[in-house]
Amino acid sequence: MQQFLEQLASGLANGSIYACVALALVIIYVSTDHLNFAQGEMAMFSTYLSWQLMQWGFNFWLAFVGAVLISFVMGVLIERIILRPLHNAPILSVVVVFIGLLAIFNSMAGAIWSYLIKEYPSPFPKSTFGIAGVIGPHQLGVVLVTLIVLALLFGFFRFTPLGLAMRAAAQNPQMARLVGVRVDWMLALGWGLAAAVGAVAGIMVAHIVYLDPNMMGGILLYAFAAALVGGIGNPGGAVMGGFIVGVLENMVAYTGNQIEKLTGVYIIGNGEKLTVALIIVIFVLTLKPAGLFGRVVVKRV
Amino acid sequence: MAAFPRKWLAVLIALAVVIPLLHPVLPDLVSNYRLFLVSTMIIASIAVLGLNLLTGFNGQISLGHSAFYAVGAYTAAILMDKLDCPYYLTLPAAAVMSFIVGYLFGLPALRLEGHYLALATFALALAVPQILKYKWLEDLTGGVQGIVLMKPEVPFGLPLTDDQWLYYYCLIVMLILYWAAANILGSRSGRAMMAIRDYHIAASTMGINTSLYKTVTFGISAAYTGIAGALSASAVAFVAPDSFSFFLSIKFLIGLVVGGVGSLTGSVIGGIFYVLVDNSAQALSTFVKNDLGLQFDLSAYTVFGILLIVLMYLMPMGIAGGLFAVIRRLRRS
Amino acid sequence: MYKTNRRSFVAGVSAAAIFSSVRAASAQKKYDDGASDTEIKIGHTNPYSGPASSYGVIGKLHQAYWKAVNSRGGINGRKVNFITYDDGYSPPKTVEMVRKLVEEDKVFSTFNLLGTPCNTAVHKYLNQKKVPQLYVATGASKWGDPKHFPWTMGYQPDYNTEAQIYAKHILSNVKDPKIGVLQQNDDYGKDYVDGFKKGLGKDVGKIVKHVTYETTDPTVDSQVIQLKDAGANVFFINAIPKFAAQAIRKAADIGWKPTTYLNNVSASVAATMKPAGFDNCQGVISSQYLMDPTDHQWNDNADMKTWRDFMAKHMPDANTADASYVYAYSVSSLMERTLKNCGDNLTRANLMKQAASFQKFRVPLLLPGITINTSATDFFPIQAIRLVRFKKDSWEQFGDVMHAESS
Repeated sequence: MQQFLEQLASGLANGSIYACVALALVIIYVSTDHLNFAQGEMAMFSTYLSWQLMQWGFNFWLAFVGAVLISFVMGVLIERIILRPLHNAPILSVVVVFIGLLAIFNSMAGAIWSYLIKEYPSPFPKSTFGIAGVIGPHQLGVVLVTLIVLALLFGFFRFTPLGLAMRAAAQNPQMARLVGVRVDWMLALGWGLAAAVGAVAGIMVAHIVYLDPNMMGGILLYAFAAALVGGIGNPGGAVMGGFIVGVLENMVAYTGNQIEKLTGVYIIGNGEKLTVALIIVIFVLTLKPAGLFGRVVVKRV
Repeated sequence: MAAFPRKWLAVLIALAVVIPLLHPVLPDLVSNYRLFLVSTMIIASIAVLGLNLLTGFNGQISLGHSAFYAVGAYTAAILMDKLDCPYYLTLPAAAVMSFIVGYLFGLPALRLEGHYLALATFALALAVPQILKYKWLEDLTGGVQGIVLMKPEVPFGLPLTDDQWLYYYCLIVMLILYWAAANILGSRSGRAMMAIRDYHIAASTMGINTSLYKTVTFGISAAYTGIAGALSASAVAFVAPDSFSFFLSIKFLIGLVVGGVGSLTGSVIGGIFYVLVDNSAQALSTFVKNDLGLQFDLSAYTVFGILLIVLMYLMPMGIAGGLFAVIRRLRRS
Repeated sequence: MYKTNRRSFVAGVSAAAIFSSVRAASAQKKYDDGASDTEIKIGHTNPYSGPASSYGVIGKLHQAYWKAVNSRGGINGRKVNFITYDDGYSPPKTVEMVRKLVEEDKVFSTFNLLGTPCNTAVHKYLNQKKVPQLYVATGASKWGDPKHFPWTMGYQPDYNTEAQIYAKHILSNVKDPKIGVLQQNDDYGKDYVDGFKKGLGKDVGKIVKHVTYETTDPTVDSQVIQLKDAGANVFFINAIPKFAAQAIRKAADIGWKPTTYLNNVSASVAATMKPAGFDNCQGVISSQYLMDPTDHQWNDNADMKTWRDFMAKHMPDANTADASYVYAYSVSSLMERTLKNCGDNLTRANLMKQAASFQKFRVPLLLPGITINTSATDFFPIQAIRLVRFKKDSWEQFGDVMHAESS
């Protein structure tokens, strides 16, 4: 039972990491209709920026705000300079550009800050709250921050005219343009927002997985799965998806352990947990093709 | 799809057959290494062609073709390693095996579209290396250590070097597969495949069995890529889970897009690009550092990324698309 | 300072020139492909791109090293042409690149090719072609097999031997050990675990739990919990720095206090112990054969000073906390010496012969007491390690230099 609880908690903690990054993926999707493969690397780069700010003497929260703002500008610039000329290119060509961005961010971070892993501070007080041994304060803090970001985004997209305009620009650019939405800038804004959320995710994650140029490689895979499980157009779904994937993965390993204990035969374990978790995810998707919390879009012919 | 003039095709094939025979006369120009390099390009182009059949002609996105490549390679490797099967018999076996895996995978994929299909295939790409390491399959697959193989030997006492033979072997396989692909695409079934890509709902109302076509296309696509995998197992003479990481899928995708989505010629170009891109990225990076005297160390990986973006800028429809556009413009003027 | 250095270099070179000219009179100059009166070509592959590009720093140091060798006159008057290619840690690419090195560039020897699967892919080829595959950058035990592969030689202590030493140490020092093993699920991890089991011998049942992780896993938290709950009191971590640091920290977080053994791959103060938190690392046991650049006990060491000068002069932008630079420097030094020892007989057979005849040779930055020993039947250059224990903020060596003879 103790192990079950610990695995559950650790799954939730990992899940909060996936949720954070999945959220950034969803923002870009909601506002530009693309899945950004370079999202993880951009978040990593932003995290390095905040680290650099701290090296220059700023305190954590100043560095945090600074990095988020710089990332926002960076996102806007990337859209305006790099993606703008490709507005009419086929979607796969845009995917290749994302891969190009991924390579550039990854290697630039390595060149500037070296590949050595760095420790990254946690802004949360050490072990004054949290349930000792099961879930730590930082993990709880990450969950909290994720939920706050989610609430802010929800409010922004739901209740502000700008948020509405952004959604419109992504879903139906022509129509949005007709009603006077400046679609180009909406797309750029979406990128900025996603980069900013990515920065928050990176900063939250870095304390747990340490800061290095490849820190997001594995996480992006999980975030991708999380975003899709929850329904790619739904920020709340993405967060739920993150927790589901995180817990599911640990439960697979846990079940494998219990089976081995009972029968003495190794069937599944840590080597297979990702595979099994993904099989379950795909199985769910075939039953609910729009994701667990996604809305089914009826296509007009 | 712009067709490649038949006359030129014949000339190209004739050159592809004759030039390697010059090896004894011009050992430096037509070296064994270069033949091997071209063989790897041919293998990559077959894999890209497989992906193109699915993505370019049927509109289904796949990030999982490294998995089919691995299935083909491991089928071949296990047959050669455990059953002493001759290398040329491994190709049909790899094709059948990959077809089955592809077809089965195509079934749930029927219900998924766009990003969701991308995720499902992506999961496949991640899962296969892990399955290869699975404890109970270790005896068969060699686990994390992989399987070391023999290179194909020259048959019938032909006076060829190993690499010449490997080249011809790959070339023959490629020509057969391209011929078959061109025939499929030109047939009723091919038109149905493309109709599904362009007007899915219209195609089904016209009585095309979309499910059947989509799953079979998945199978055929996987079989092509599987054959490429089997060829690579023979060429490299070694298989290991590390050779089939998710990054391989990405590279196939890059080959596909840079070559030209929905173009047979594009697949060949994509295969060539797939092999050359790393080498040229590194060469460019050294060039920038040594000859342009740039102080900042531009790594090969950065150059790789910039190269991709610049290519997409210049030719968003891929190199084949760009070339055909240029040719068309020249003809018109 | 710089001037005197320069002068002494020149003096040294001219002495070497005289020496070699004396020898040249008695012995004929002999060359294989890739060597001539003016040049020696050596080839190298390394991932500079893709997910494993963090190893790229090794290649960068090699480039700087050979440039430095050339600027002080080369080796016996010959410039070294060091050619390095990117293989992205993909075995098929390694095959392509190594064939290019051997057949197009016609290198004299390959050197420090990186990665177990990558080296495996060209193992047979290089031996068939009789091209040396010297000092490969992997610790698998299969590189020291002169009977079947006379052209291949490793460099670092093999993982297998190292793990055996830990196993023996556990059996003789921990009362009633219940061992939990954390393993990276690949070739490198498997080699360690195989050696570890061999070291335990009939006590292999003392492993109560053995878990693996993939490098794509974000954390190893779940694995550490499993080990704790299996009741282990010994924790054998065989993981790369990032995951090793996570494991040590997680164990402390959940209040698990086993006797911890850490593989040499991660025995870096800057890359593992500091991120894991010094408090959590007290008493961790590991082994070393090279000096750790971030361990202050070596601050006044002469080798370390030479290395720091080298780094400052030739790679001013590099992060000197990265232990890869120490590793690369030491293996390049050994290669330089091996080539030097060939004199004017630059045949591949002679190169292998020279590589196989080091006796108690000291390469810079090896720990005191550790030397290079090879022979016609012993293709493991470094076989000795020292056990170390983490205390305060640095490694403390204890016990003797361990010489485990590998099978």
